[in-house]
Amino acid sequence: MTYPPSTAMGPTTDMGQVSRLITAEGERVSDPALEGWVADVDNALLADLYRDMVRTRRLDAEGVALQRQGQLGLWAPCQGQEAVQVGTARALRESDFVFPSYRESGVQLVRGATPTQLIQVWRGEEQSMGDPFARGTAGPQIIIGAQTLHAVGYAMGIQRTPAAEGARCDEVAVTYFGDGASSQGDVSEAMVFAASYGAPVVFVCSNNQWAISEPVTVQSRTPLADRAPAFGIPSMRVDGNDVLACYGAMRWALERARSGAGPAYIEAVTYRMGPHTTADDPTRYRDAAEVEVWRARDPLARVQTLLQARGALGDALAADIAADADRLAAEVRAVCLGYRTRDPLSVFDEVYAEPHSGLERQRRAYAAYLDGFEEEAR
Amino acid sequence: MTELTMGKALNAGLHRALADDPSVLVMGEDVGTLGGVFRITDGLLSAYGPSRVIDTPLAESGIVGTAVGLAFRGFRPVVEMQFDGFVYPAFDQIVCQVAKFHYRTRGAVRMPLTVRVPWAGGVGAAEHHSESPEAYFVHTSGLRVVAVSNPADAYVMLRQAIACDDPVIFFEPKRLYHAKGEVDLDVDLADAAPMGLARVVRTGRDATIVTYGAQVATALEAATAAEDDGLSLEVIDLRSLSPIDLDTVAASVRRTGRMVVTHEAAAEAGVGAEVIAAITERCFHHLEAAPVRVTGHDIPYPPAKLERHHLPDLDRILDAVDRVLDRPHSLSEVTP
Repeated sequence: MTYPPSTAMGPTTDMGQVSRLITAEGERVSDPALEGWVADVDNALLADLYRDMVRTRRLDAEGVALQRQGQLGLWAPCQGQEAVQVGTARALRESDFVFPSYRESGVQLVRGATPTQLIQVWRGEEQSMGDPFARGTAGPQIIIGAQTLHAVGYAMGIQRTPAAEGARCDEVAVTYFGDGASSQGDVSEAMVFAASYGAPVVFVCSNNQWAISEPVTVQSRTPLADRAPAFGIPSMRVDGNDVLACYGAMRWALERARSGAGPAYIEAVTYRMGPHTTADDPTRYRDAAEVEVWRARDPLARVQTLLQARGALGDALAADIAADADRLAAEVRAVCLGYRTRDPLSVFDEVYAEPHSGLERQRRAYAAYLDGFEEEAR
Repeated sequence: MTELTMGKALNAGLHRALADDPSVLVMGEDVGTLGGVFRITDGLLSAYGPSRVIDTPLAESGIVGTAVGLAFRGFRPVVEMQFDGFVYPAFDQIVCQVAKFHYRTRGAVRMPLTVRVPWAGGVGAAEHHSESPEAYFVHTSGLRVVAVSNPADAYVMLRQAIACDDPVIFFEPKRLYHAKGEVDLDVDLADAAPMGLARVVRTGRDATIVTYGAQVATALEAATAAEDDGLSLEVIDLRSLSPIDLDTVAASVRRTGRMVVTHEAAAEAGVGAEVIAAITERCFHHLEAAPVRVTGHDIPYPPAKLERHHLPDLDRILDAVDRVLDRPHSLSEVTP
């Protein structure tokens, strides 16, 4: 017997085939798969999610502006993807560990990254966001999909962590990646390892439709959520612009992993409103009309509408959220402009954990070379 | 002292590392029930269980990539690549992730991984089973690269590699797995020579032969044969390819004034090129002749029936010795 691929829906923008709790018009609808996971979400939590989305968008706008002003070398915009980033990250516990890609600024923000950490990578001052253990979140991963294996390995480590007082260790590892990464061998290998060992890991695929200039149809002929079940991993396909759906789906996935049932996979169908990075020009490869279709599905606007309809977003709260975002942007700008590049010889630091005679020779030689300039200046 | 084959010495080293440190894990293809295709992991599964001796899916990038995650979680994975030619699918994870996490995070994340690679030729194997990829890894900062040449070093250096807080690419010459030697199983690591140091395995005064891995034995054979010609050759086993112990090599070359470097890997941009460049920078005025490389040809590894023409043998090494000594030599009048 043969198994034909499902032909019911393509991999891309058929938004009728995703689980959703808030429509693009801001109307609360029901979804049987998700409803139970959001039953306790009240207006206050929804407003909190909205606040984090507004902060993420403001951070993103500031990042783009600072790059355009020459203050950052690069920025990877996440406008349009605030719901999947905030919704999934807010469902995590502090003790969970996240391995994101380079576009998850909102995830980093929710996980407690400081303004300094949020810009130091893109300013070219550091290669990461500092100590990953301080906030249970690795820095931005640039090699596409490599981090999915790190998350699975970390989850295998969770499985090997001695239980505390008879209870099993219920931490979860989470990895974020995009539709382009779904084509990488590492992502498939990560799913093989995760399923084979029943590792407590959650895969969050942000299908933002475009891998630089390549549409998701080049990556897949089936919905990306269809891939996971073939590896033995249950998946859910949600509206990635619906923060409540993302939050609910993540709670489903986390609970599964936490309880020992093994990995889970979420495809969040969303859209990258801006360029791939500030070095990219999306007008060369995509239609302005398509962008407008997605603008009407804005993840922030629909929560705002819902909260207002419920009378849960008064002027005072709205002003407070706006001020909060402005404050964040001002802090980001201030640390960016105030950054002082570290000592040049520090490039030799931390290459190795233990002394390496070859590198020490080079360090001494370059130190002597630099000293030569100082002597000249005397 | 106990007489062991290199394979048994490596096995003993793994046993000891697993027994001493609960954070040590062994993972790879067939390392569990089978005990590895070379039996280097024999008996580990029954002694330490499937949580610590992990039979993995057949995916090299997956093996190293998950080992990265395990290192994040505080474990010290010892990964087996099964064969040298199979390390290439894991290359990205090794050079982009394993090598860089410590630097990337300014020391917050340590990658105490050991990647064991059954290595190099001379065993009549099929394609992809006789590769010498060491230069790729030596070229990558953040990795340490070592190559063992005898059972005693295999036992000690494997334990040192596992104990090291840096990632170590650990090359094991396949054709020496059955070679025997004396091993001190009770050796205290604190007393053993650090794995970054080269060793003069035979002293001599006329020329220095620098090599590593299975070529150490070939170089020693050449030195013994050269005695018949009244030549006294010094042989140095580098042991470590990153870092390279240039002090030991330079001290020798300053005495002998002449150097031959031999390895199985291709010549171009290889370890031999690095050793000669570095020693020429340091010892130019001590050199009586231009150093010479004796290496595998710059070709894909040939079919097994032809590999004896590829692997540098005693005669090719002696021919190079003749050249650095400016003696008449019959085998290769033409400088390549």
